[in-house]
Amino acid sequence: MLAIDVRNIVKKFGDFTAVKGISFEVGSGEIFGLLGPNGAGKSTLIRMLTTLLPPSEGTALINGFDVAKQADEVRKVIGVIPQAMTSDLELSVEENLLIFAKLYGVARERRKRLIDELLEAVELTQWRDKQVRNLSGGMRRRVEIARGLVHEPKIFFLDEPTTGLDPVSRVHVWEMLQRIKAQRDLTVLITTHYMDEADKLCDRIAIVDHGQLMALDSPMKLKASVPGRNVLEASFSGITGDWPDVLKQLPEVEDVTGHDNVFRVATSNGPVTTMAMLQTAARMSVSVDSLAVQSTTLDDVFVHYTGRALRDTLQAPAAQDNPFMIRRQ
Amino acid sequence: MHRTLAIIEREMRRFRRSPMLIVMSMMMPIVQLVVLGYAFGGNVKHLKVAVVDQDHGVPAVRIRELAGAVASGNHTFDIVDYADPGDALRDLRNGVVNGVLTIPPDYSRRVIGREEPKVALISDNTDSFVSATLSATMGQVVGSLHEPVKTSARMSSEPRLDVVEVYPYVPYIQYLLPGSITMSIFMMVMIGGGIIFIDDKARGLHEGYLVTPITKFELIAGFNISGTIRAVIAGAFLMVIGSIIAGVPNPLDPMRLLRLLSVITITSFALISMMFLIMVRITDPLLPRAVFGVLNTVLYFPSGAVYPQQGFPAWMQAIAAVDPFTYAVHAFKSLLLKNTGFDAIAFDLGFLAIFSVVSLGAATMLFRRTL
Repeated sequence: MLAIDVRNIVKKFGDFTAVKGISFEVGSGEIFGLLGPNGAGKSTLIRMLTTLLPPSEGTALINGFDVAKQADEVRKVIGVIPQAMTSDLELSVEENLLIFAKLYGVARERRKRLIDELLEAVELTQWRDKQVRNLSGGMRRRVEIARGLVHEPKIFFLDEPTTGLDPVSRVHVWEMLQRIKAQRDLTVLITTHYMDEADKLCDRIAIVDHGQLMALDSPMKLKASVPGRNVLEASFSGITGDWPDVLKQLPEVEDVTGHDNVFRVATSNGPVTTMAMLQTAARMSVSVDSLAVQSTTLDDVFVHYTGRALRDTLQAPAAQDNPFMIRRQ
Repeated sequence: MHRTLAIIEREMRRFRRSPMLIVMSMMMPIVQLVVLGYAFGGNVKHLKVAVVDQDHGVPAVRIRELAGAVASGNHTFDIVDYADPGDALRDLRNGVVNGVLTIPPDYSRRVIGREEPKVALISDNTDSFVSATLSATMGQVVGSLHEPVKTSARMSSEPRLDVVEVYPYVPYIQYLLPGSITMSIFMMVMIGGGIIFIDDKARGLHEGYLVTPITKFELIAGFNISGTIRAVIAGAFLMVIGSIIAGVPNPLDPMRLLRLLSVITITSFALISMMFLIMVRITDPLLPRAVFGVLNTVLYFPSGAVYPQQGFPAWMQAIAAVDPFTYAVHAFKSLLLKNTGFDAIAFDLGFLAIFSVVSLGAATMLFRRTL
């Protein structure tokens, strides 16, 4: 049985359509990433899958249960880490887990064992009696991850679990998730706008933008699907309006994108294109201000499928990404 | 049920670790009780009255003697002599004196000639309390001047009113105490059930609940029962401390405490239900803070906590009729000031129970299990 089966799901807020008919399937035991900038519709999608928002159209089955018609059954099999830090600051680490175990109706004996195991897994055993307000952001996130697993869910939803964390804490959370995943029979759906995170963690990635599914495959296949094995990123001065066309004429070039005086050139042979570019620039009196040659990354995949850089949109949160800006119906 | 208990457990653990919430919800009602109790409870004393004697005859001297007796007796006012009425009026306007008593030049002649002798009291009526006190006291002074010596018969034929006071003297601070207990319950409900509830919602804490299998009814029950427990603690604390501060006789009478506790409990439940109804669709954390003062005023003052409702205009009496504070204050007054039984407060308890059911029912219908 599929862990998650989403068919043509749509979410409208009045005249605004946040999710525009997305379909995908997630197999049992898979780590599935939803990649996209803020405002892409990731959080709205995850809220529909976790029964927090009713879909306007389409269906979503979680472990075989319909999110609209069998919401309670869905809630029993999922664990959810919302985007915001939602642990109780006044309660201790252990109390946070205990209250949620009780909310899920976990029996007393099982509760004790699970809490001990999870605290060990998220490396917070020695902090179990500390109030959450005294913990760092990374530690609080780990408390929430443990809290989301306290009833042994089959499917774990994490909405941007590493947003706002420092790089060290982010890596720590990734490692911990991979370890927990290895120990349990768990399907994970994670949303993120960190390319490296999606690349390292996920078995498959769906790129979402403007409420639509732009691409879906394993990170390796997605990268292979982008033209060129190398990407040259260069900035120039003294260029003319036909400079993009000049770049496209260079040997082995497969694609050119860019704006102002910064260009990304996808090529099947980095060294050959680089040499030709430098010679052409010298001949046309264009100076090369900077030049970097790199392998294809998920960033390139994202640019390829959405036509824009992920970081360009990070500063503009959209209405549907803020739970309290959602227009109630 | 176990999920409701989990919500209650969470709320009570948080409450225990939030001493500022406890202090804040107790502080205002206690301060209000003490300050308002002593500010409004006393008699007006040491008003400044300018006396301009333009007559200097024997009857004028008698007025001054009687006024002097009041000044040195109950100290309602102090006398300041002025020679020039113009100076006295200027000082009245400037607030140096509160009233000017003018004895005109022909006063003695009119007294002797029985030609409607008059003295004038010019008072600063921008303060109606001061003006009314001065008028009443001066009226007594002037009235007592010409009363003939009564030689009453042993058995009077005139009807007479004998006033019998049923209860011992109730100082104003005791009169305020029922309102203060209700206020402490409201404060806890407003902070715990209003502000913190919406802050939790804005922080996404409720999202954490909504993804669990908890039912709508279990969630609402958890919020309301925990809110009621917190408010009962606040009300009970103020009942005991306030009774001691206000000097309520025999404040720890167990039967009365029991009856008071029942009123505190039903009042707490009524107010938390009302608050839940108000907040059920609100998401902006600023809104509860903004409505705090308005709600406080609209509920507290029309309730009869500080002034009898019979003195209100019709529109305010209409508010008072549906204001849960009215019934809570009436019940607390009955128990604290008159030490009555349940008979006297049955209607109050009934109203508060119906109010709770209606509010909670409406809130439950409006509550959404999704975002």
